[in-house]
Amino acid sequence: MDLLSASAVNWSRAQFALTASYHWLFVPLTIGLGLIMAIMESLYVKTGDEKWKNATKFWQKIFGINFAIGIATGIILEFQFGTNWSNYSWFVGDIFGAPFAIEGILAFFMEATFVSIMFFGWNRVSKKMHLASTWLVFVGASLSAFWILVANAWMQYPIGMEFNPESVRNEMVDFWAVAFSPVAYNKFLHTTFSCWAVGAAFVVAISGWYLLKKRHTDFAVKSMKIGSLVGLVAFVMLAVTGDGSAYHVAQKQPMKLAAMEGLYEGKEGAGLVAVGMLNPARKNYNDEVDPYIFKIELPKLLSLLGYRDINAFVPGIVDIVDGGYTLPDGTTSLSFQERKERGLKAIQALADYQVAKEEGRDADAANHEIILRENYAHFGYGYLETEEDMIPNIPLTFYSFHLMVMIGMYFILFFMVMLYFLYKKDMVSNRWLQYVALWSLPLAYLASQLGWVVAEVGRQPWTIQDILPVQAASSAISAQNVATTFILFAVLFTGLLIAEVTIMVKQIKKGPESEGLKA
Amino acid sequence: MEKEIDIAEKKYNWFTMFWSGFTSMSSMSKTLWIVAIVKLVIMFFILKPFFFPNVLETNYDNDADKAEHVRTELYEKVQPSE
Repeated sequence: MDLLSASAVNWSRAQFALTASYHWLFVPLTIGLGLIMAIMESLYVKTGDEKWKNATKFWQKIFGINFAIGIATGIILEFQFGTNWSNYSWFVGDIFGAPFAIEGILAFFMEATFVSIMFFGWNRVSKKMHLASTWLVFVGASLSAFWILVANAWMQYPIGMEFNPESVRNEMVDFWAVAFSPVAYNKFLHTTFSCWAVGAAFVVAISGWYLLKKRHTDFAVKSMKIGSLVGLVAFVMLAVTGDGSAYHVAQKQPMKLAAMEGLYEGKEGAGLVAVGMLNPARKNYNDEVDPYIFKIELPKLLSLLGYRDINAFVPGIVDIVDGGYTLPDGTTSLSFQERKERGLKAIQALADYQVAKEEGRDADAANHEIILRENYAHFGYGYLETEEDMIPNIPLTFYSFHLMVMIGMYFILFFMVMLYFLYKKDMVSNRWLQYVALWSLPLAYLASQLGWVVAEVGRQPWTIQDILPVQAASSAISAQNVATTFILFAVLFTGLLIAEVTIMVKQIKKGPESEGLKA
Repeated sequence: MEKEIDIAEKKYNWFTMFWSGFTSMSSMSKTLWIVAIVKLVIMFFILKPFFFPNVLETNYDNDADKAEHVRTELYEKVQPSE
């Protein structure tokens, strides 16, 4: 049928990527600023210094603009699940439903309730009550992110479920395994620290602008101190949790790790590419072309990060496709062809199960169910045609990962220098550093987006790792429909972004002493 | 400096807080509310019903039919194309 085509799948993917990218412009600032204003208000309550109160109120205004414009932008992703990804939505319904419901009912309402107290409650509730509200806004936003990330982590590492061939759904059998899978909590920490990082870079950048303009210098220096402390902690913790991410990726998504490193041929004691350029002449996974034009490697570090052993074998793309290497659990990895055969068996068994059920052949149905369960871990491979189909976009994953890491390293150095000048030197007279602070902000946003590119492009073609590839997950809808809504979203979100930036710039120009948002 | 209100003496109830908050909003706050409400109206009353129908909810009445549709889709998608 002509409704289902590769272009409809690709439009759906592009639309999801566009929506998620825009949504992710708002979320990190909400969480990051949430923490910073909570710290500032804590200092106000502790010291009674009105300057901290003014600083808190100013950053709350900026938070309010971002919150109002960004609110509910993520809901569009849920719309897309039902329209563009209906097979996927049905297939995972119960597991996705639980964290999304908790996110909606508990976390978001908690956040929304305390946001209003935070804005309307100055001088109307006690200082401690107001402070608690500000912290709870931050906690609510973080909890909201947690449940979304639990759902995302499950897609990367499906756990705690059992496939029901009758309902054609993965049904949750262990809520706690889903909620606290090692991938979920590491992803939550890594993502949360990235939000702190964006919030910190934002505060430092705006403060740098005030110093350049020689306005509100005391406020700017105070804000920079808090921003730089939060920023340094965030980026150091991003490195620590990034190590955790690499470990989990190595265990659960080895193809993603190989793509991140451009590693085609696996090896023991593999090094980590510090800087490198991929060779575009390498077109296929198994041709003989050197994959790098050049690279500088940190010896054995990839083995150490991925397997906690400097001599561990790290499989490359060729190894993962061809199979035959020893997995961490001691078993031997299957080749693409073996997994494809087992995937086809599972898909056939699912169909045969239903036929047998309908014809009342319960014993046959039970046998088909056994075959399905034995091969279910490879279910998705039945939809892949060639070996190349199981390989993500290598250049995009590789460069996104390395650029993200480089920006992370830059920011650790940046915030250390900032703190040195803030506490030991005269920050107000260092215009070059004020310029650096201002122009570093886009880098923080870029790194934040690149993290998602690595996570999501690197796991292609899977919507659910090894179980459901994108072509099986998508709905049978026309590419034209998806293209139309893609353009609608692009216009809507660009409009929202322009509105946010315009209102925010206006508010920033007014400065912290402006009454601006009385609420 | 803003005048601190003696919370113990002046009892505010929640309604008062929200009412005075909403009625004394600045023009920028009002603008933000308008942007947020317009956005939500576009999302829920235009995009969702006209552009984002739930494919399974729209076309199938019960869970058994939905399951059968997905089962068929999952099976047909592995068939070689002409």
